[in-house]
Amino acid sequence: MATTVDVPARGAARSPVRARRLGTLALLLVLVAAAALASIAVGTRSIGVGDVWAALVDSSLGTEEAVIVRQLRVPRTVLGLMVGAALGLAGALMQGHTRNPLGDPGLLGVTAGASLAVVLAISALGITTPSGYVWFAFAGALTGTVLVYAIGSAGPGGATPVTLALAGAALSALLYALVRAILVSDQQTLDSFRFWVVGSLAGRDAGIAWQVAPFLAVGVLLALLNAPALNLLGLGEDVARGLGQRIWLARAVGLAAVTLLCGAATAACGPIAFVGLVVPHAVRALTGPDHRWLLPCSALAGAALLLVADVVGRVVARPGELQVGIVLALIGAPFFIALVRRRRTAGL
Amino acid sequence: MSVAAPARPAGPGGAPRPPVRRGRAVRIGPVSALLRWRQLAVPAAGFAALVLVAALSMGRGDFPIGVGEVLRTLAGLGEGPQEFIVLELRAPRVVVGALVGLALGVSGALFQTFARNPLASPDTLGITTGASVGAVAAIVLSGSTSAGALLGGLGIPLAALLGALATGALLFGLTWRAGVDGYRLVLVGIALWSVGTALTDWLLTNAEIYDAASAYVWITGSLNARTWSDALPLTVAVVVLLPLALAASRVLTLLQFGDDTARGLGVRLAGAQTAVVLLAVGLVAFAVSAAGPITFVALVVPQIAVRLAGGARPPLLASGVLGALLVVGADLVTRTLLPQALPVGILTAAIGAPYLLWLLVRGRRRSTV
Repeated sequence: MATTVDVPARGAARSPVRARRLGTLALLLVLVAAAALASIAVGTRSIGVGDVWAALVDSSLGTEEAVIVRQLRVPRTVLGLMVGAALGLAGALMQGHTRNPLGDPGLLGVTAGASLAVVLAISALGITTPSGYVWFAFAGALTGTVLVYAIGSAGPGGATPVTLALAGAALSALLYALVRAILVSDQQTLDSFRFWVVGSLAGRDAGIAWQVAPFLAVGVLLALLNAPALNLLGLGEDVARGLGQRIWLARAVGLAAVTLLCGAATAACGPIAFVGLVVPHAVRALTGPDHRWLLPCSALAGAALLLVADVVGRVVARPGELQVGIVLALIGAPFFIALVRRRRTAGL
Repeated sequence: MSVAAPARPAGPGGAPRPPVRRGRAVRIGPVSALLRWRQLAVPAAGFAALVLVAALSMGRGDFPIGVGEVLRTLAGLGEGPQEFIVLELRAPRVVVGALVGLALGVSGALFQTFARNPLASPDTLGITTGASVGAVAAIVLSGSTSAGALLGGLGIPLAALLGALATGALLFGLTWRAGVDGYRLVLVGIALWSVGTALTDWLLTNAEIYDAASAYVWITGSLNARTWSDALPLTVAVVVLLPLALAASRVLTLLQFGDDTARGLGVRLAGAQTAVVLLAVGLVAFAVSAAGPITFVALVVPQIAVRLAGGARPPLLASGVLGALLVVGADLVTRTLLPQALPVGILTAAIGAPYLLWLLVRGRRRSTV
């Protein structure tokens, strides 16, 4: 596969690319802001923009609308922003490290580990609330990733993209087999699990966002630090090593970031595969393969996408709502296919 | 995904490894081929093991029959009740299992070679997911809506077949732009997979829990209560498509080198790509329709096969034979060793995945397709 490498040429040749990247960044920032506003204003109960504004600026306002905005919609929007950004970022990192277009954060065993832990929590301990799942899901995600990395790097060649991807796929297969073994024989657990596995922002209280925030912050920091190294790794391990890159360190930092970001996101909202899988491809078509731009833009795009999907899910099925994971795939996939067909997507 | 590997990887101590024997050329008249004994020995050994495991499996049950007796019955020398038990009750299940494993293994090898990506398989590209949507809709909606009743009337296997073929057609149609680019195939496949997963999850969350539970068993993949009528469409599909797939083997080898090189070597690219994708979709659609999406066989088995048989890409025949062996073996384990009979789809992953992990840890291959 031809890898397009963006040569950072100085001078005139650089400016159109740079202008386009800045434009993309600005556009994404506007999108995120608009999506956040929509997410606060739109819901089962329609609240005017004026009331929303009043509730936000005046924290002593006690009307029903103000309480809804402050206690339900704002926390939900904040959680959506955090989780969407984390998933977009983790997806871009994962595709960069495995150099595989099928690389989604779940590939590393995060989703499978979290799923197994949640199923065990439901079936063995009888826990059935989203805030009860958080720590189990997080512990499961961590365990899954560490195992994948240990197995993927245990072979004689160390952790190469192919061994990592295959170790992740194989370990996920094994963990899902255990999940299924429990679920096919335990209807009660399936009844709770089927709602978790869809992925949703609904019914998460404000505490969940605070619980996962520190992990996300560290994850974002590590991810952004990892960007230059990822650019070099994209040239191939041998070249990267020749250019003075410590391969194992770059991989360890990147995978730690993926684990923290994706583990925390999955813990908070359940598995949402689409964002991490698709957002980086779409963003790469706009920014090119330079990870210093790709990573932040993927985070913004992920946040905007998740919020928009959540708003749509609230609107289309009033007075109930459609889970965000389902909306994402149903509206996101056609756009993604159109993008893949129209543009030459940048290779990894 | 091709990852650059050094021409001759250094051994553990940095010393160059002894040159690998690449097999010997055999020439018969104008035809010549490279004979690699491992690529013949692995399918042969796999087939022998398959026959043994299948005979063992047909002998196990409430009425145990010895392996020798089973083989004699299969050869047409059986009598009375044993003949009925082996040929009518137990053989269909084993035959369906073997054919499903064969079809999934070959289909996975085709996809992985074509997309040059070890993660490409009918599971990750959405085709089995499409089958799941069809089948789950037939199970869940049959009681509630008129369209659902229509689907339910088709029966689960037909609904699954339609789901898989429709997804395959979408995959092909949406990827096609004066040819089927492997990279675009993968990206479109991702999108279709996520739509299929979302639809399945949505159907499951909206279903009555009893329907959801039976749909979940179907999604896992099961060989319970299969009869000869389940085996028939699959048999026809395999008999027609497998020889075509094996015949495409040479073209696949050339496609490996990249589109430009393949074209330069005289491959008619668009036609070859179309043929490979259609063969892979056809095989997997009939397999899923017969037994449900027995997960991960198509993903894991070709990678196991290429590590055992060697070569530059997952070998078709070895993938098929090992897939059949895995499914039949897993079925035997669920029926005999486990205290509670689990759907075979759980055991295929539980046996196949650790084996691949072990091969990865131990293996010397630095990279592979």
